[in-house]
Amino acid sequence: MGLLSDPVRRRALARLVLRLNAPLCVLSYVAGIAWFLALVFPPLTQRTYMSENAMGSTMVEEQFAGGDRARAFARDFAAHRKKSGALPVAWLERTMRSVGLEVYTQSFSRKLPFPDETHERYMVSGTNVYGILRAPRAASTESLVLTVPCGSDSTNSQAVGLLLALAAHFRGQIYWAKDIVFLVTEHDLLGTEAWLEAYHDVNVTGMQSSPLQGRAGAIQAAVALELSSDVVTSLDVAVEGLNGQLPNLDLLNLFQTFCQKGGLLCTLQGKLQPEDWTSLDGPLQGLQTLLLMVLRQASGRPHGSHGLFLRYRVEALTLRGINSFRQYKYDLVAVGKALEGMFRKLNHLLERLHQSFFLYLLPGLSRFVSIGLYMPAVGFLLLVLGLKALELWMQLHEAGMGLEEPGGAPGPSVPLPPSQGGKHTGPRQGLDGTEAGSPDLPSTAAGLHRPHQLLTGLPAGHHHGAHCCACQASWAPDPLCCPAGADQPGSHAPWQPVPVAGAAGGATVTGRGLAALPGSASPGCAGAPHLRRPALPTAVPGPLPLLAAFLECALLEVRSACPGWDRDSPRTPFCLLLGK
Amino acid sequence: MAAAMPLALLVLLLLGPGGWCLAEPPRDSLREELVITPLPSGDVAATFQFRTRWDSELQREGVSHYRLFPKALGQLISKYSLRELHLSFTQGFWRTRYWGPPFLQAPSVWINLGRSSVMSSQGSSAPLSTSSTPPTQSLPLPPSNPWVWPMTLTTTFCAMLCCRGRWSAPKTSPPGRSSCPVVPRASLISFHLLQAGLSVLLKADRLFHTSYHSQAVHIRPVCRNARCTSISWELRQTLSVVFDAFITGQGKKDWSLFRMFSRTLTEPCPLASESRVYVDITTYNQDNETLEVHPPPTTTYQDVILGTRKTYAIYDLLDTAMINNSRNLNIQLKWKRPPENEAPPVPFLHAQRYVSGYGLQKGELSTLLYNTHPYRAFPVLLLDTVPWYLRLYVHTLTITSKGKENKPSYIHYQPAQDRLQPHLLEMLIQLPANSVTKVSIQFERALLKWTEYTPDPNHGFYVSPSVLSALVPSMVAAKPVDWEESPLFNSLFPVSDGSNYFVRLYTEPLLVNLPTPDFSMPYNVICLTCTVVAVCYGSFYNLLTRTFHIEEPRTGGLAKRLANLIRRARGVPPL
Repeated sequence: MGLLSDPVRRRALARLVLRLNAPLCVLSYVAGIAWFLALVFPPLTQRTYMSENAMGSTMVEEQFAGGDRARAFARDFAAHRKKSGALPVAWLERTMRSVGLEVYTQSFSRKLPFPDETHERYMVSGTNVYGILRAPRAASTESLVLTVPCGSDSTNSQAVGLLLALAAHFRGQIYWAKDIVFLVTEHDLLGTEAWLEAYHDVNVTGMQSSPLQGRAGAIQAAVALELSSDVVTSLDVAVEGLNGQLPNLDLLNLFQTFCQKGGLLCTLQGKLQPEDWTSLDGPLQGLQTLLLMVLRQASGRPHGSHGLFLRYRVEALTLRGINSFRQYKYDLVAVGKALEGMFRKLNHLLERLHQSFFLYLLPGLSRFVSIGLYMPAVGFLLLVLGLKALELWMQLHEAGMGLEEPGGAPGPSVPLPPSQGGKHTGPRQGLDGTEAGSPDLPSTAAGLHRPHQLLTGLPAGHHHGAHCCACQASWAPDPLCCPAGADQPGSHAPWQPVPVAGAAGGATVTGRGLAALPGSASPGCAGAPHLRRPALPTAVPGPLPLLAAFLECALLEVRSACPGWDRDSPRTPFCLLLGK
Repeated sequence: MAAAMPLALLVLLLLGPGGWCLAEPPRDSLREELVITPLPSGDVAATFQFRTRWDSELQREGVSHYRLFPKALGQLISKYSLRELHLSFTQGFWRTRYWGPPFLQAPSVWINLGRSSVMSSQGSSAPLSTSSTPPTQSLPLPPSNPWVWPMTLTTTFCAMLCCRGRWSAPKTSPPGRSSCPVVPRASLISFHLLQAGLSVLLKADRLFHTSYHSQAVHIRPVCRNARCTSISWELRQTLSVVFDAFITGQGKKDWSLFRMFSRTLTEPCPLASESRVYVDITTYNQDNETLEVHPPPTTTYQDVILGTRKTYAIYDLLDTAMINNSRNLNIQLKWKRPPENEAPPVPFLHAQRYVSGYGLQKGELSTLLYNTHPYRAFPVLLLDTVPWYLRLYVHTLTITSKGKENKPSYIHYQPAQDRLQPHLLEMLIQLPANSVTKVSIQFERALLKWTEYTPDPNHGFYVSPSVLSALVPSMVAAKPVDWEESPLFNSLFPVSDGSNYFVRLYTEPLLVNLPTPDFSMPYNVICLTCTVVAVCYGSFYNLLTRTFHIEEPRTGGLAKRLANLIRRARGVPPL
């Protein structure tokens, strides 16, 4: 911090920032990208581990064996659904009641802002059916949710079947400590959102829905299930929720634990786990997965109905059964066992899932990158903006002086009457050697902060020398034309708002400066700032501000033929030599 | 919730092995009773009641010899001049909508320590009745420290009763009563059982496979005669369980004692003066009998319970013929025509409570009160005790029924004091016929001090249930009963007058998450914060407040300084 309060060092720092701006920007950008790409390599990506001790070891023995029952339920459901053309609410109610649940329904409707793709309609209405398994000797303060979103087509009937079979199995067990809600929603996400809003008694999307009759306390976790075939080759897990929200990593770890235990093939973003992280192939595959995840998060769209739960601080993920052309297939029992294990573990939870990470990137199911490791990449990318902003701010400062100079004068840079100019500039020029630091001048005493503010009351154009020198003392030296500060007071004159006028004004003032200090004419520099001045308007964020800033920066550095400003010989700046 | 309400079983059958003093007539008596009621949903409720009555003035006479009455409680009464004590521990939640009005009006955990005056045994024993004749003589006050009561009871019942803050009394309760109406979470570990009589059935592993489980101790003085010249002490210990028909009966709704308790009754309790089993055999359909019990009962008993006429089969264990026939008694009930899978009938009054909203800043407590009576409106007294860390905004209290605002006829609100006492909100609301009334009030979640969080802060904080007291119109007019003669369970269903019956309901306890710091890394957080503050604050402050001057560069070195010295000596301004 002493660095900032010491003018000399601050000047050095400012010089560094201004001079090396473009390389620094490029370096920072490249470093950010490189860091990001490096995230998938083992030192940066870590193995996932279960943080929540209530779900620590896999001590659960799954007993679900209702595969046939699930298929029978699924067939019935599909048949009833085909018959009625919509969600067979009455059948679902009856079946849920027969397996021993408390059954409720909820009807909802929503006017869409645009017509439905398949049915060309604006008004969508549907019914959600849910059954609650009440935990014995518990007061319904906490619950878990297993949800199956049903769309307009007749997919997902196997998921409904599995849900019902699981409900029947769970109902016969006595170990439940949390209520379990089995939810079948109509119209995919619309139904889920309607149910969630009604459950929490809020209305954020203008949905019209009937109030819920049955509740089960605070929802601790939710699992959404999508299955469309009797056998699956793999289970894909989706974690990205609304606005890129993610569930707690422990929930994913839980799923992964049961994938491994049941020998299920589990994928993330549709990609298999790379086995070998030591060679290049594994990390490259991980990079693909990771980039896909970032892309999906950036879209802000929930990738599965679990995504809507996250807003209500319910940890949730979606499991999708994939049926592709692989040899090994798993039946519903394997999926059911994984779900049973997950629910029994979640049932053990004493607290909400909070131990593990909420912000992470996944190059694979068993590997993750924590926020502490990926934020530096973001930091590097953002540093470019900071550096550019710093540079622009410094330039703005100098340009701001030029802007305020005119004061009450009609023309921004009207040549000054020589008498006034002589009167005021005279003493200054005498002080040039001391960097205008005359202690008897109030403007310079406080001038380090806002020199131009103090000068606004003074006649325009009288204090070019003071400006330049004060400005250099406080902020940044002009890299091109005023390198050593007070030696070349006149060389600042071209920094005026209108290029043409600035040139004119520059000529006059330079002349004045020349009169005061023989041999310091700088014709070569007067032109260079013109090239830079348009940089100010374009610096306003455009579509590609970063790239534009880069290009411009590079261009200007090349074209402004004033190198050597940082030489340690203030009396003989390079540009002056060039000018000669 | 298994963890939230840890293992709980208390039965204080400390039936002391005291000597059989046959010399003097026993001044104490024990009655035991089991009521089995099939519930509308198909589940089966079993309610045990053990009533000990002792004709002894514990507080005046220096009693040292105890026979049936537990000594620990007797000493408690005489030491603290206790007038009344009600303590109940409940695991589970009585689902009024599916099970009908509750038998024992007990919330999750309900502790009520009374110091109210003597109640006449002829009078109604309704919990609401406030027959408070002032004490005839001044008694030593119980300790004013609110912690003594929980501590004393904790040691007696091996229970852990924590009540945050001061215990507060609702305005409608009798004066001089200190009560903590509801503690939403308590732990209790105790087990004292004498295996004889009905308590043979109390087998722990079966009792813990139930879906509801509530036990209570009630101590109170009762008058020995009509003029109440002397009093006796009555101790009632009750245990109420609900068996899950779906799990116990594998989907069928038939039941037997053996299937439920995995025991049968073999002998009456030798100490009991009365030992009976009542089975509710009320036929829901008037035209034909839907269920039958085996063995066929010798006698039946009819009464009006909770507004409906009920028939009970009576099995008297002291009747020697009852057990001697087969050496054991296994009562069975069979449904002739199994009830179909349809929604059970809904009681006239039930309620639901939940927290609405999301996020950790604000929220809303909503209570839905359902009056399903087709044409009768009735008032409900709603008592809410909300912990102070939910800061209620009383101006947001809205009561709507049928889309219109419902103005309560009486409101009592006692604001909370931080760390001292909870909010107390009491309202008398008229529920229109066939309506849903929504009572909602917004709150803000307070930030606790970091030592005030529980060891599992991310579990959330419990908000105790609201208590609903109502006089619900009954279907059948009830006649006043002689309390001493009728079965014990009658005392569970107090009747206020012929056309109404009293119901006290408890809504669900709620779990509310408060803004919780990340306790897993306090050290990191403290270190980081301190470092940032230490490093940055001073420098920034310095930088922002200091005035900067430019120091003249020292040019010229030694020669110039010398020259300046000479110039000063000459009186000329320095270079």
